[in-house]
Amino acid sequence: MRKFTPYILLIPTFIIITIFIYIPTVYSFRLSFFRQSPFGNREIYVGIKNFTKLFTDPNYYRAFGINILYALITVTATIFFAFLLAQLLNQKIPGTRFFRLFIFSPYAISPAIAGVLWSFLLNPVVGHINYVFMKLFGLHVEWLTQTPFAFISIVMASIWKMLPFSLIFYLAGLQSIPDSLIESSLIDGANLWTRMWKIKFPLLSPITFYLVIMTLTSSMFSSFGIIDIMTKGGPVGSTTTLIYKLYLDAFAYQKTGLAAAQSIIMFLIMGIVTYIYFKNVEKNVHYQ
Amino acid sequence: MKLSTKKKMSFITSEVLLVIISLIVMLPVILAISMSFMKPEEVFSFPPKLIPSTLHIQNYIEAMQLVDFKRMLLNSTIIAFFITLGKLITGTLAGYAFASFNFKGKKISFGLLFITLFLPAETVMVLPLFLIVKNFGWVNTFWALIIPFTASATNAFLMRQHFMTIPKELEDAAKIDGATSMEYFWKILIPLSKPMIGGAALINFVYAWNLYLWPLIVTMEDKMKTVQIGVKMLIDGQGSNNWGVIMAGTIIALVPTLLIFFAIQNVFVKSLVSSGLKG
Repeated sequence: MRKFTPYILLIPTFIIITIFIYIPTVYSFRLSFFRQSPFGNREIYVGIKNFTKLFTDPNYYRAFGINILYALITVTATIFFAFLLAQLLNQKIPGTRFFRLFIFSPYAISPAIAGVLWSFLLNPVVGHINYVFMKLFGLHVEWLTQTPFAFISIVMASIWKMLPFSLIFYLAGLQSIPDSLIESSLIDGANLWTRMWKIKFPLLSPITFYLVIMTLTSSMFSSFGIIDIMTKGGPVGSTTTLIYKLYLDAFAYQKTGLAAAQSIIMFLIMGIVTYIYFKNVEKNVHYQ
Repeated sequence: MKLSTKKKMSFITSEVLLVIISLIVMLPVILAISMSFMKPEEVFSFPPKLIPSTLHIQNYIEAMQLVDFKRMLLNSTIIAFFITLGKLITGTLAGYAFASFNFKGKKISFGLLFITLFLPAETVMVLPLFLIVKNFGWVNTFWALIIPFTASATNAFLMRQHFMTIPKELEDAAKIDGATSMEYFWKILIPLSKPMIGGAALINFVYAWNLYLWPLIVTMEDKMKTVQIGVKMLIDGQGSNNWGVIMAGTIIALVPTLLIFFAIQNVFVKSLVSSGLKG
């Protein structure tokens, strides 16, 4: 009996992920080689035409470029600010518990709600940010409907939403650095900045690596809610990332084959990310 | 002496910085709360006001009339509860298998599960997933909103991590006393893991409550929609002329998870961290 127990224990998990993750992935491959007939009642085999269509479409390249830029900025800024903030929050000063409570709170808020909150703040008529801009620089900015401001807006909202997750991990990491290490560096006369970037940052590199992967995944996928609420991919497609384009093609324009091909491309990108992650973890023995 | 004044200075600087940063981070939420209690003329006042002059609850009443938030809160609660329950059941079972057993295919099944960590199917594979669910006849039902999310690698790994920290001797002792694997699991392992399971439950609940793209696609009728979608309906329907009402709806949607998070943050953070590290 004991021989079969582990398999029985794993069955529920594997049934669910087979039906709802593996099968859709395989199905996506199949769909990507077909096109819906004009009335959507049959599928026409088109080979790799969906892929060639994508790779000859300037709009797709544009979404790709926008996504890369968006991911680069949000991931870098999130990691950088989270690391700095973690230093501040790691001190034994009064009120730390409250500061943590407040600064962690966006973690519990959904991307869509984050989008609503920032839409309001950036609203040209009633938004407080615009008022401040008016007062300081005499500028009236149409944040969500002008390029490049719409892009800047979704970046801001995304960083706000993503920051707590990384911060929580850095704080845990800092608390695990032995005091003796920091003390010896103090005796060596390392200043604050050096201590932070030359000693602590390298020590926490496994965490940083994990966070880069996680925030990258976030910026590829969870960004959907923020974009859908704030800009709907506009103006003129300047905030249409890969996931948003996929959504439009799949559900607004009913281009099943083309959307499936995009799923496959994203799947391959994530495959590469996963591979890099595995390779790195194998090298890293810090994880113990 | 000099050092201590220096220390004091840096403390004060940190303190001031943290107050400012906390305020900046909380500002969107604070402003949303105060907006939700403002009369329309106050919302549009120039310069923008920070604090409402009266607690004007009309916005909440109006938001509830425009969008059926009562029903949507119920939907979101049902969905989040059952997704959490499902993930905990499948996760503890799978975690137990990986932590306490050696079996043929252990490495492969572990790898197969691990791959799904980087494949949020509800976004990347949203189209085929939708077509499959449609085939089941699940569109517009709770099945579609719950069942696909009732298992995840994250939960299985988190539980495995935790079960591995429980001394093997306990299991051996239970076996000597004649307990079966499942008896040991129910009577000893699960009770010992209560804090971890609680933390995982919170993470899962917040995740499920905050789902957006999937409910947007599989719910056609208003009576099946979740609060996240309710907020979208409000902002799409109101344009930008009724921010007080939009903010009232937003507060309705975000208060549950925010309160949970505020109340039991420590448990939350502990579980979150152990879910990610030590791969």
